[in-house]
Amino acid sequence: MTATTLRQRGPKHLLSMADLDRDDIEQILNLTESFAEVGERSIPRVPALRGKTIAWLFYEDSTRTRLSFETAAKRLSADTMNFSVGSSSVNKGESLRDTVETIAAMGIDGIVVRHGAAGAPRQVSEWTDASVINAGDGWHQHPTQSLLDLYTARQHLDELDGKHIAIIGDIKHSRVARSNALGFSAMGARVTLVAPPTLLPSTLDGWPVEATHDLDAVLEELDICYLLRMQLERQGQAVVPSLREYHNEYGLTSARADRLPNDALIMHPGPMNRGVEIAGEVADRPAAVITEQVANGVSVRMAVLFLLLGSGLDVVDEQRAIA
Amino acid sequence: MAERERLLAGSASGHFQARTQVMTADDVARAVKRMAHEILERNHGSAGVMLIGMQTGGVALAVRLATAVTEIEGSQIPVGTLDATMHRDDFGLRPVMPEASTEIPEDPTGKTIVLVDDVLFTGRTVRAALDAIHSYGRPQAIQLAVMVDRGHRELPIRPDYVGKNLPTRRDEMVDVNDSGVELGEMVS
Repeated sequence: MTATTLRQRGPKHLLSMADLDRDDIEQILNLTESFAEVGERSIPRVPALRGKTIAWLFYEDSTRTRLSFETAAKRLSADTMNFSVGSSSVNKGESLRDTVETIAAMGIDGIVVRHGAAGAPRQVSEWTDASVINAGDGWHQHPTQSLLDLYTARQHLDELDGKHIAIIGDIKHSRVARSNALGFSAMGARVTLVAPPTLLPSTLDGWPVEATHDLDAVLEELDICYLLRMQLERQGQAVVPSLREYHNEYGLTSARADRLPNDALIMHPGPMNRGVEIAGEVADRPAAVITEQVANGVSVRMAVLFLLLGSGLDVVDEQRAIA
Repeated sequence: MAERERLLAGSASGHFQARTQVMTADDVARAVKRMAHEILERNHGSAGVMLIGMQTGGVALAVRLATAVTEIEGSQIPVGTLDATMHRDDFGLRPVMPEASTEIPEDPTGKTIVLVDDVLFTGRTVRAALDAIHSYGRPQAIQLAVMVDRGHRELPIRPDYVGKNLPTRRDEMVDVNDSGVELGEMVS
């Protein structure tokens, strides 16, 4: 993976949190504030991306990410093109590359890709001139989710430096965990992964994190308690004896939520399995900012779409190249 | 808007060098007082009037006008700010980044909005602001107050309240700051 940052490359694609340094992330989060204001207007629409076309290329199920991107694009007045894999020529055996080249030939400015294979969006970015945004690739990355989590956390905690976040649950199969481990540590937070041994990756070499199997040991020192969904559809074999046992050992029960510090946040990327990773009652507490995460998702995605497609920063780079 | 455009132009276009002092701080203070009187005269008082300062140059002027109105009438009038960046028509031609906040204190529907800016030039920022205002509601009327009208309009837009009409060359630069109004140019 290349270590070039958003600014060095020019803001062309958003593929992985590993491509963003702290300044990049702060730029996006600050820009998000301007776009959050648009959502509060009685007519929440600005013409910033008028005339731009964005295609959705979703090879995996998604409701909230897709709706969130769709809302963001509409608020910026972009045109959107929907490519649903179920009813397309992918069923007729068309390869990813041919599909991308076909869509690109229609003249688009951006492609938002979700794919089951890690690295698919990066591959797509090499086949097209359009900006590519990763909306989730396998177990690998989901950068806009991480950005919206960072934005939400920053709204409540002001500063993420030195804050302690535990990411709890199915780390192994989670692109959200991988994105957030990078995102939160880039912002100076301390990241602890909490999971049973079967749900941790086989190695954590190179991850800027600590790991533990004991949730109760860290609860009382957390600023953010980040719960992951048990991804039953990604798990090849039984990795926990039963969901009930998982809930008892790693779920955020009412008793555990009571032990969190008073101002600690409870976050979840959704969709939630109430009664598995989080008790139903806990998800409705004021400390749980789960619906705020969804609302902020639209603003963050507006900021990302604008930065890549509308800000004109690439124009500056071209002018500099000419000069 | 002059101030903002200079910020956006960045180091590539050099920096502003003042040549002539066009208005002193006292001149500006007198103009503010007169414009406040004109706003009240035209609108038969301050009821239903809201001042909106355009980010970033118009914000301070809007606050000064509101203070002057209070001194004359004794009444408070709402003051807001507006960043019309996302409604501009020059996306893709130069870097455009929203960086200042918008705050419309009351629903503009049915109100008389006075847009306030420091310098009126091509009129494109005002055009963007007219669009932006309408996404918050439908005002009864929109008026425009500027400290300096420097000409070179590219759109059919004219100000209702003017501090000073200042003939300029296109490549000159007008700067409204605490010490008054200066005319100069960008030097690299």
